[in-house]
Amino acid sequence: MKRVVIGAATLAGAGVAMARWLASRHRPPTPVKDPQEHTRWLGVTINRQPEDISRQGRLPQPLAGLDVEVRMNKAPGDRGTELYARPREPMPIGAAAVMARLRGDDPRQMVRKALREAKCIIETGELLEPDRPFATTRPTIPGRVLDVAIGRAPGEGRL
Amino acid sequence: MKALCWQGVNELSVERVPDPEILNAQDAIVRVIATTTCGSDLHLLGGYIPAMRAGDVIGHEFLGEVVEVGPEVRRHKVGDRVVVCSIIGCGRCWQCQHDMWSLCENSNPKSGLTDELWGGSTAGIFGYSHAMGGFRGSHAEYARVPFVDYGAFSVPDGVDDISAMFTSDSAPTGWMGADLGGVKPGDVVAVWGCGAVGQMAARAAMLLGAERVIAIDRFPERLAMTSRHVGAEVIDYTTTDVTAELRERTGGRGPDVCIEAVGMEAHSPGVEYRFEKAKQQLRIELDRPFAVREAIFACRKGGSVFILGVFAGAVDKFPLGAMMNKGLTVRGAQQHGHRYIPMLLDRVARGELVTSYLATHEMSLDDAPLGYDLFKNKKDGCVRAVFRPGM
Ligand SMILES: NC(=O)c1ccc[n+]([C@@H]2O[C@H](COP(=O)([O-])OP(=O)(O)OC[C@H]3O[C@@H](n4cnc5c(N)ncnc54)[C@H](O)[C@@H]3O)[C@@H](O)[C@H]2O)c1
Ligand SMILES: [Zn+2]
Ligand SMILES: [Zn+2]
Repeated sequence: MKRVVIGAATLAGAGVAMARWLASRHRPPTPVKDPQEHTRWLGVTINRQPEDISRQGRLPQPLAGLDVEVRMNKAPGDRGTELYARPREPMPIGAAAVMARLRGDDPRQMVRKALREAKCIIETGELLEPDRPFATTRPTIPGRVLDVAIGRAPGEGRL
Repeated sequence: MKALCWQGVNELSVERVPDPEILNAQDAIVRVIATTTCGSDLHLLGGYIPAMRAGDVIGHEFLGEVVEVGPEVRRHKVGDRVVVCSIIGCGRCWQCQHDMWSLCENSNPKSGLTDELWGGSTAGIFGYSHAMGGFRGSHAEYARVPFVDYGAFSVPDGVDDISAMFTSDSAPTGWMGADLGGVKPGDVVAVWGCGAVGQMAARAAMLLGAERVIAIDRFPERLAMTSRHVGAEVIDYTTTDVTAELRERTGGRGPDVCIEAVGMEAHSPGVEYRFEKAKQQLRIELDRPFAVREAIFACRKGGSVFILGVFAGAVDKFPLGAMMNKGLTVRGAQQHGHRYIPMLLDRVARGELVTSYLATHEMSLDDAPLGYDLFKNKKDGCVRAVFRPGM
């Protein structure tokens, strides 16, 4: 159907805007490159008691399907339980690491994603499905830049 | 079905898209009866919230009828007339259980995007970019509503569609600004921005007992509307030195609570407007914070500033010295609608809160691009354009 333009498209180009915005995510607020980057525990806090999280010593899904070390403790106050995990396998380095992150199968990305999903399943009973893009969506360059970022989003972030 | 799609910066079109489906057991499908424009959409339209894909359906403030429910839905049934909160909350994470619904930890499946940017993400929001979950918006014939038991509220029989619809987003946002800004009986409250959000904040401040409420904008029709329907005093910032005027009206103290309802595309009559707009377009600065700066400067010592306007990134010249030395409390949030909607619907039913006058324009969904032209460019006195997909 007809597209309607409302006011001027004044930005230097939505593609540039998207790339800059996404790039700004990687500027860390601290000047030190974390020397423990590859070995830190990744953690989520789950609004449940420890016994609701691991039944008979079994790991919650989908964490159970990964090769991970796991630990858990009661969170302070009324905050529930802190669940931590980190990959057992050695981290890829150099070009392999870059490719793994882009593909979304970097081991730490997979652990972050699994922790978030386990939390959602334990707290709400199911994993929330994002809406699906539809075929009429126009392919654009900023759209493609965004698609890569979205693909990686479940495994990225601060955990 | 038909839906209004974002196609690029300042480009919209009405398209045929597939109908939404139940994807989770706690979802419902709602037939949209009325859905409206919001200042937040202008930030998407202007390209200031960049995580948009051409073809994304926008819109988040709406009311409709439940037409299908997933197997785990308990509190709603087919046929319910519901107002749906613009924010999606799971109801069971720590944040939801502490009534901070816009911080829900389970409703944004793409939270990694903003987690990296801000060190923490928001809840999912309908039609508000992939940074807020990539959910399809409400400017459509049907909408999928996740966690519907928590996010949809049955509308009392005596309340009409349009009045109830504004309890989805603008009314709870305004209420939150006054409530979490700490408005108490006897306070003087100033509100920057006389859009629907600012007007609702001004009204909330009055209902919470403020003795004087002063609203600031530049559009004469919005100022007149705020004085007539809200009963607030008004200031035109293009002809008045706002901080001097506020001091003179408050015995030199300044307002106890300052509520900012303008956001990242703030306008200023000064030379800095062109300069900061250029910086924003080049992405040197992500937001233009004129009203925030003014609110912090004007606020009484020891007072509080609540930022309702949406911001995305870093700002320049944030008056940190004023904030620190004057002992201010500065807060902000995406709205925690679930916390306020039942109370707001009650107040609307009792006639204490009037919202329907905000709907200055009503039209069919086919005319939605025209509605955004009116709303964005503040033409013809437009405050909110309401789309009726059934029209
Ligand atoms: N926190 C939330 O959850 C939430 C919810 C809804 C809307 N919002 C945000 O609230 C803001 C207002 O929304 P709206 O729908 O009322 O938008 P709107 O565009 O209808 O109104 C904004 C008003 O601000 C005025 N304004 C611009 N510069 C100003 C200045 N320097 N001083 C005083 N007024 C100024 C404009 O003239 C306009 O009338 C937007 O940023 C929107 O994104 C936030
Ligand atoms: Zn809104
Ligand atoms: Zn939640």
